[in-house]
Amino acid sequence: MTATSATGSAAPAALPYDRDDMMIVAAARALRGVRVCFVGIGLPSTAANLARATDNPDLVLVYESGTIGAKPTRLPLSIGDGELADTADTVVSVPEIFNYWLQGGRIEVGFLGAAQMDRFANLNSTVVGDYDHPSVRLPGAGGAPEIAGSCGEVIVLIRQSRRTFVETLDFRSTVGYGDGPDDRARLGLTGRGPSLVITDLGLLRPDPDTRELTMVSLHPGVTFEDARAATPWELKVAPGLEVTEPPNAHELAELRALLATQGQDGRRG
Amino acid sequence: MVVAEIQSLAQAVSLLVHDGDCVALEGFTHLIPVAAGQEIIRQRRRELTLVRLTPDIVFDQMIGMGCARKVIFGWGGNPGVGSLHRFRDAIEHGWPHPIEIEEHSHAGLANRFAAAASGLPFAVLRGYFGTGLMGRLDTVRPVTCPFTGESLAAVAALHPDVTIIHAQQADRDGNVLMWGITGVNKEAVLAATRVLVTVEEIVDELKPPAGGVVLPSWVVDSVATAPGGTYPSYTAGYSVRDNAEYLRWDAISRDRDAFVAWIEEHVMRGSAVPA
Repeated sequence: MTATSATGSAAPAALPYDRDDMMIVAAARALRGVRVCFVGIGLPSTAANLARATDNPDLVLVYESGTIGAKPTRLPLSIGDGELADTADTVVSVPEIFNYWLQGGRIEVGFLGAAQMDRFANLNSTVVGDYDHPSVRLPGAGGAPEIAGSCGEVIVLIRQSRRTFVETLDFRSTVGYGDGPDDRARLGLTGRGPSLVITDLGLLRPDPDTRELTMVSLHPGVTFEDARAATPWELKVAPGLEVTEPPNAHELAELRALLATQGQDGRRG
Repeated sequence: MVVAEIQSLAQAVSLLVHDGDCVALEGFTHLIPVAAGQEIIRQRRRELTLVRLTPDIVFDQMIGMGCARKVIFGWGGNPGVGSLHRFRDAIEHGWPHPIEIEEHSHAGLANRFAAAASGLPFAVLRGYFGTGLMGRLDTVRPVTCPFTGESLAAVAALHPDVTIIHAQQADRDGNVLMWGITGVNKEAVLAATRVLVTVEEIVDELKPPAGGVVLPSWVVDSVATAPGGTYPSYTAGYSVRDNAEYLRWDAISRDRDAFVAWIEEHVMRGSAVPA
């Protein structure tokens, strides 16, 4: 786990990292001991590549473009960048990546982001507003529903605010725990579901019984009041609420080096 | 026809793509047939049902120029950048006219092509259940496994009237070779009634590299050379993705007038492919 005791911790006044850095580092640490992960562009790709650069050099990165075992030397802007194909162990077709590798149960961890998330880690990446008359048409689900369904477990990366954390999704693109603890089994989803949600404020995990997301750690300098103010439902808190270990010098140096490989801001979520 | 005709892109589009057709332009994040899409814009095709897993810039342009009646897709964004503004404008504001959408997951749409390529009425996957898409789509229904009794999602076979893809090479007989990320190209080709392949070049002899995919001439109707025809996407071995152009497209496509002016200058007056 990525947290230390809250006792006596106080964040320095000027931190050499920002909240996106903290999210990426926390996500990279969550990949310790993981062999194979399914990665999307943006924060997940940056985090997975940071994990390779720090303490999981053998992590197998799988992108839905069909590149298995990609070892990019610079951060890709798209899941189809030539760098991913050129450095992959093998490149397979799109039906194959979904049917054999993902649905076949070969992927341990999947990373997802979304525009909205509810308390059961269901995700919306489809529309804001009514589906037939949306105020904002978002790109859509893409690979996310099957990633969330079939990966051994899922890590969600999402900034925490009353815009992104919602009582009721405008559209359910991707199932986390549905309406509660029994829904994944009822829906025939083979993976265990979201095990960790990493926000810019802290870490949440599903309650073992109810599956409702529970704040288990706050990033340095963040109070539970901050997290509660950014959450429209009554946010549950774990008994031993921890403080996330801040990024260390090595993690930050590797992250800076990674981000420098991409012309534009590689942290775009 | 028994073997593919080698034609100009204008000839091939004129012969194979008709108003009202269901047209798949595939190429998953690589080998995107942008030049062919722009030729369809130039020939002012209308009422098309356009199919792509990832609409990308090419569909943004076609939708913005009024080619589409309906779009079947999985993820409609500008990869790594944000929105497809012409796609959004059509859905959110009906500009230049309202479009119908049929939205799937990537796995679902890929399996629709695979079912059609396999000569089956549907494909089966674990998906859709519990999502807002289930119940909204005529092409997805629950099916019970006859062996285990499990409930699974059946997705209807998708047979495009025409599939258009881009590949690296063809030989003089019209046999096609592609490599790198080949996405759902093979399935989309074998699912279609008619097939157009644009290529970087015609060569005397195909020499498939490891992982290369060959489509024999007799499953292809037309081959047209379109060097650089995936720009700003790319063709492995020939070009690299112009990420900066994807960023520039965000600004060009935000504004209707700027978009139309860009199309007039870069598409209607000839080739959008840089010299």
